[in-house]
Amino acid sequence: MAILIDEKSKIIIQGFTGKIGTFHAKEMMEYGTNVVGGVTPGKGGQTHLDKPVFNTVKEAVSETGAEASILFVPPAFAADSAMEAADAGIKTLVAITDGIPAHDMIKVKRYMRRYKNEDRMTMVGPNCAGVISPGKCMLGIMPGHIYKEGNVGVIGRSGTLGYEAAQQMKNLNIGISTSVGIGGDPINGSSFRDHLEKFEEDNNTKVILMIGEIGGPQEAEAASYAKANVSKPVIAYIAGLTAPKGKRMGHAGAIVSAFGESAAEKVEILKEAGITIAKNPSVIGDTVASILKNL
Amino acid sequence: MNIHEYQAKEILTKFGVSIPRGGIAYSPENAKDRAAELGGEMWVVKAQIHSGARGKAGGIIICKSLQEVSDAANKLLGKTLVTHQTGPAGKTVQRIYIEEATDIKKEFYLGLVFDRSSESIMVVASSEGGMSVEEIAKEKPETLIRAKVEAAVGMQSFQAREIAFSLGIEAKAISRCAEAILGCYKAFSTSDATMVEINPLVLTGDDHILALDCKMSFDDNALYRIPNIAELRDKSQEDPKETYAADRGLNYISLDGDIGNIINGAGLAMASMDMIQLAGGQPANFLDVGGGATPEKFVKAFKLISGDPKVKVILINIFAGINRCDWVAQGIVDALDQLNIKQPLIIRLAGTNVNEGMKILKESKIDYIEASTLEEAANKAVKALADLG
Repeated sequence: MAILIDEKSKIIIQGFTGKIGTFHAKEMMEYGTNVVGGVTPGKGGQTHLDKPVFNTVKEAVSETGAEASILFVPPAFAADSAMEAADAGIKTLVAITDGIPAHDMIKVKRYMRRYKNEDRMTMVGPNCAGVISPGKCMLGIMPGHIYKEGNVGVIGRSGTLGYEAAQQMKNLNIGISTSVGIGGDPINGSSFRDHLEKFEEDNNTKVILMIGEIGGPQEAEAASYAKANVSKPVIAYIAGLTAPKGKRMGHAGAIVSAFGESAAEKVEILKEAGITIAKNPSVIGDTVASILKNL
Repeated sequence: MNIHEYQAKEILTKFGVSIPRGGIAYSPENAKDRAAELGGEMWVVKAQIHSGARGKAGGIIICKSLQEVSDAANKLLGKTLVTHQTGPAGKTVQRIYIEEATDIKKEFYLGLVFDRSSESIMVVASSEGGMSVEEIAKEKPETLIRAKVEAAVGMQSFQAREIAFSLGIEAKAISRCAEAILGCYKAFSTSDATMVEINPLVLTGDDHILALDCKMSFDDNALYRIPNIAELRDKSQEDPKETYAADRGLNYISLDGDIGNIINGAGLAMASMDMIQLAGGQPANFLDVGGGATPEKFVKAFKLISGDPKVKVILINIFAGINRCDWVAQGIVDALDQLNIKQPLIIRLAGTNVNEGMKILKESKIDYIEASTLEEAANKAVKALADLG
């Protein structure tokens, strides 16, 4: 078991025939991801990397039965493509695109609410490395080989810091059930809280690791959700203890603008909710190991 | 991206928000002419810098004669103003705005921002205008009014009226106030703004509602579709090194320490800065070279960091994914070949093809200190700094 995607998931790629889409499609297929086709408007009927290309997501879904999609569409068109996926019945959408305007993301989030809960798409990202259920399916741009299969659920805002954590865990022989990169933007498709809920329900996940950073209310919301609803141990690391207030640290969402948004404040809020804190980024793996040992 | 007060006001007027009459000036003579054109007996000369709290820093001067206007302009132009929003370096005044003085009956606060929790647009208002919103939240939290706007349908008139009534506006000025609030919302929602702040919004002696000051910020990701706003960018108000970096596709923020760093990914960069501080050092910057860091980007990054006089040691931490370590290592070697870097270098590579990457570094002529973990890299950087004496 894993969350969002596994070896059976049928995957399509939006922006399939572009340079970036092609490159990552190959990487994902090599990893073993079940890519069943792709969408590039105007190129329907063609074959790319031995897979069919469709003009619309709806067509791709009805022809292939795809339930998950990954988006490699330029920022100006990404919101439209995300809404197209939601409307076509895609259940999990990973948006890799960096640079989608925040006003567009608000529209996408509102649009997704048109659908009943059970039909609603889970969007991961944008501005993220994607989702990987190690050994089963990779729906992202991460280096698959640094992830070992196991039972730690990982949710993180940053790509490379997520890699760092995965590598530390692998070095300690700790595996991951699914790793979800929710992205560094101010408005995310889904949040720490959304994936905590999914990991809590996943039988194969024993502990959950959250990798947060400065800015926004997400970590604090996750803390209160975890306290009330999550029975599994949760571990967290928050990046940006040294970040100055009011400066945007690379990620569009990494800016401290209100109380509870600095790293130090987030650490306090998470601690109060009973979450174990990895004190610095080099002990993320060790912290997870110590919790696993006590299970 | 931020713009100046006078530019923000010009945008607001397009959405039906009233502002006092005024004009921009670049010299004392210019300022005097503007004041004469406006007429009247009292003017306000306002320094145009990208910061709030200009009044406390002496950037706003009330004048009662044309000579005073000229003197005020003379005093402000070229001056560096330091506010709590500019940082210790301050910002230089290169233009001033001359405005007719307003007969103020009451001051209010009005702000629009994204509410990341509810993923909607939040309107914040208070009857305690003139103070910063942080001060209001601390000292008069009971006066804060918050209203969420459903982005799909936009702000409704009743919401604007509710805010106006809650502010205690008299009945005869209610519709003017509601119009101003709706206008600000339209400006926010149609121009990809991330913030609109009117502080103060005032009720005048003759019961009109005017935006007396205005700050607007815009989404950098949306500049491509708001060209009229994008062209208002004023580089003189930005940190020159940050501008240099941004123009070259690097995410850079200047900090006060002496350990420079070059890292891929914003989260890893923040984590590395934290590690430097835990090891007893201070980072000189935040620099994210991005996921697919090319040799060209490394050259630009090295130039930027090594040219900073406060940088004594440089730490490079790259976690290579798709861009393999051997390729990153070659990029670093190529970059260093072109430049003459004097600072000690600490290099930590991790991820795909790390052994091949390390081999390239070892076989090159570059002089560096190797580290295999984040912690080791930070410790070695702090030690290298101490060794310099």
